[in-house]
Amino acid sequence: MTGDAPLSRPPMGTLAFWCWAAAFTGVVYLAGRWVTNDYVFFAGYIVLQYVLLATAWNILGGYAGYVNFGTAAFFAIGAYISTALNKWLGLPLPVLILAGAAVCGLIGLLMGGLTLKLQGVFFSIATLALAIVTQALITNWEYVGGAAGAYVIRPSRGPLGGSYVEYLFYTMLLLATLAVCIARTVERSAAGYGLAAIRDDEAAAEAAGVPTMKLKVATTVLSGALMGAAGAPLPFFVTYLDPPSAFNLAVAVNTIAMPLVGGTATWIGPVIGAVLLSIVQEAAMVTISSAVNLLLVGLIMIGFITLAPNGIMGLLRGRRR
Amino acid sequence: MAALLDVQGLGKRFGGFTALADIDLQVAAGERLGLIGPNGSGKSTFVNCISGTLRHDSGRVTLGGQLLDALPPHQRTRLGLARSFQLPRPFGSLTVAENLRVPLLYAGATKLSDAECRERGMALLGQVGLADKAAQRPRELTQIEQRKLELARAMAAGPRLLIADESMAGLSNAEVDEIVDLLLRLNGQGVTIIMIEHIMRAVMAFSQRLVCFVAGRKVADGLPEEVVRNPEVERAYLGE
Amino acid sequence: MPISASFRRAIPAASCSPAVVDKRSRGKRAWKGKPNGMDPLLELLLNAVVAGLLLGAFYAAVAVGIAIAFGMLDIPNLAHPAFVVMGAFAVWLLNDAFGLDPILAGILCLPPFFLLGVLLYQAYYACFESRGDNALQGLAFFFGILFVTEVVLILVIGADYRTVAAPYIGPNWRIGGIDLPLRMLVPALVSLLMIGGLHLLLTRSFIGRAILAVSQDPLALQLMGASPVRTKRLAFGLSIATAAIAGALLIIIQPVEPSIGREFIGRAFAVVVLGGMGSFVGMLMAAMVLGVTESLVATLFSPSWAPAIAFGFLLPTLAIRAGGLMGRKL
Ligand SMILES: Nc1ncnc2c1ncn2[C@@H]1O[C@H](COP(=O)(O)OP(=O)(O)OP(=O)(O)O)[C@@H](O)[C@H]1O
Ligand SMILES: [Mg+2]
Repeated sequence: MTGDAPLSRPPMGTLAFWCWAAAFTGVVYLAGRWVTNDYVFFAGYIVLQYVLLATAWNILGGYAGYVNFGTAAFFAIGAYISTALNKWLGLPLPVLILAGAAVCGLIGLLMGGLTLKLQGVFFSIATLALAIVTQALITNWEYVGGAAGAYVIRPSRGPLGGSYVEYLFYTMLLLATLAVCIARTVERSAAGYGLAAIRDDEAAAEAAGVPTMKLKVATTVLSGALMGAAGAPLPFFVTYLDPPSAFNLAVAVNTIAMPLVGGTATWIGPVIGAVLLSIVQEAAMVTISSAVNLLLVGLIMIGFITLAPNGIMGLLRGRRR
Repeated sequence: MAALLDVQGLGKRFGGFTALADIDLQVAAGERLGLIGPNGSGKSTFVNCISGTLRHDSGRVTLGGQLLDALPPHQRTRLGLARSFQLPRPFGSLTVAENLRVPLLYAGATKLSDAECRERGMALLGQVGLADKAAQRPRELTQIEQRKLELARAMAAGPRLLIADESMAGLSNAEVDEIVDLLLRLNGQGVTIIMIEHIMRAVMAFSQRLVCFVAGRKVADGLPEEVVRNPEVERAYLGE
Repeated sequence: MPISASFRRAIPAASCSPAVVDKRSRGKRAWKGKPNGMDPLLELLLNAVVAGLLLGAFYAAVAVGIAIAFGMLDIPNLAHPAFVVMGAFAVWLLNDAFGLDPILAGILCLPPFFLLGVLLYQAYYACFESRGDNALQGLAFFFGILFVTEVVLILVIGADYRTVAAPYIGPNWRIGGIDLPLRMLVPALVSLLMIGGLHLLLTRSFIGRAILAVSQDPLALQLMGASPVRTKRLAFGLSIATAAIAGALLIIIQPVEPSIGREFIGRAFAVVVLGGMGSFVGMLMAAMVLGVTESLVATLFSPSWAPAIAFGFLLPTLAIRAGGLMGRKL
């Protein structure tokens, strides 16, 4: 929520923003056709996946102040729904993504409906438990390989020409851009003001006419669906999916760390945080072990929460004042 | 005149403590009601129960003939019941203008455009004397300005019935008069108002009728001059 | 009293919860004779219930720290199970290096853990509580601590399962067809002792009553002449100190690796919420109910469902309590 919006320079209209985003996607797509090295697409996919996850998390966590620790669960459910449907019916990727999003949206609806009446802490604890339980359930799901995991065959070429990884990259590009556009639209709409009111004082929000429960549940569904969509292409990206890789703790931590590092108040924060942190990790992966890498993310996150609670955007804005 | 607000047998307990017992109260449309009572007599609890912030244990509340008991607070607000909080509860991350935008967007019957929202918001801020603070954050306001914001936010919901819970505590005499004038003007536009206040000067200047709570019970209800002379009210206030 | 000392040590499975370990050893025992001629199904169920009670008592030891921090002080310390694992590793170090008894080692760890809690509260207070925005940020903070603790343990000690040695790990009492493995019985008793002691401390001592007061009415506390911040600091120190003992009990019951703590987050919070946020008696009962349910499900169905039970408890508890309690604590 940009406080100065109503008075100072008029903000870009929502339509204009969508157009710019579409143009950006087009430019990246055209540029991508020139790239022949698949590593670029592998690395880019990871960055975009985190942009998507961080943005999805922030719609609920940043705008409404409800902390979801269960990102890994939504993400993994998306991945496993996609694996199962692919094995069963062999559907095309866009359909798998929609299915993953739908199932995760439904789980968001159930979780939200049951726990969002309470103080936010209880919602958070429930999401944390959800992650652990889902892992137990999927470990028992033999159809998708259970504890042993399952191999997924990645086609060698994508439907647009170029490698399949390149296709996955464009898919993720589209999803991430879509998520950012949705987040910004939510932020600038009535819902954005309602969510900010909820975050600041829920009883006062109710008294001001905000249907807090409905808004929170709707936001949880949206956020969960986007996380599910983020997970759906994963099986094709990794080609071998097992519970430990799907329920990767790194995913859960990064998704929270990125918005907090970038700043949770606006759509740009999670994007900045995701790009920065995933590039740092990608770079560090070469030199240090993955455990040290994770430690780094954890420490950066704690550092930002304690010292710069409004993230990088907060620091920048503070400087400008 | 049919009652706009009709409260019957309202009761509320906190654990073993009875905060409100069997309160009956009718408020006519267009009326100006003062509600007084010593500290802890249950006035704010009464407001919380009527507006749905707390759930009452017994009794029934209707607004314009519609039963409110099962409705969540936001629906009561949309039906035209707005309240201010005794301790201001502004939306801290929003500017003063945006604070009003929330009820303007959510509580009104019709959907307002961006420009209309801004215009209405600025008009309301002008009425409470906060026009020049529109772009500030609530925490940059003084306690008194926060009270004004709280009142303006309740007004922004476009209520039929406005309950102002101690909107004037800590204000100077001139400011009290300003707020009383504002509420009188609002009442002139047809808004029914319940004013909860310890400042007797304001209550007496404002109210057409006065109600007094003592220890969760309604002990007096009538013309202001009569109520303040009521022996039970005097005893509660003078502590004999 | 027939004592069958069958020095069998449970071997960790991939997802190793106490219930899992128990089920496995019992499964083998069912083949041996039934001295009293008890109905085998009844014997199985009785054993499951007893094992569940012992397990529940241990869960209570993990949950008691959360009951203090979250139930009484309103501090959502998600990292508590990570501290329990840290306690387990501290005990393992002492046991491995000096052959110290695990429970004694846990007691030795009390002061440093208390200090850790005091420092952590100091940081939490300075960064969140005093600023007044402790909801989102505070939760994320503890999540970060949970995560960092786990990673540091992996870096320092490694991701392997560790075990301790003690005379009561292995022997098994058998009373009328019911197994009482000492490796479960001793932790259960120590847990009950600890919770009883804490209860006495909270209700009988001045500090304890100040802690209870701070959870209900900080203003009244100031009238008593105690500072709320200092009281909360002490109480939080106490809450983290319990993790040392709980850690000792954990590593007696089962082998431990750094990320195992996560399995207890859902359980411990479910127990605290179900028990009524900060009531020891309620918590103890909730822990027993959870333990017995897990044990029965593990016996009758499959141990791999055990982690789902806590969730099955937590969600309805939250949903039901949501009804009348809007605006109050929950
Ligand atoms: N949520 C609550 N839980 C327990 N007791 C409460 C709660 N809210 C109010 N009370 C108690 O109910 C009684 C009535 O409080 P209330 O705030 O309604 O009084 P009041 O008339 O508004 O007083 P004041 O003039 O000081 O505003 C008080 O004794 C108060 O302590
Ligand atoms: Mg009051």
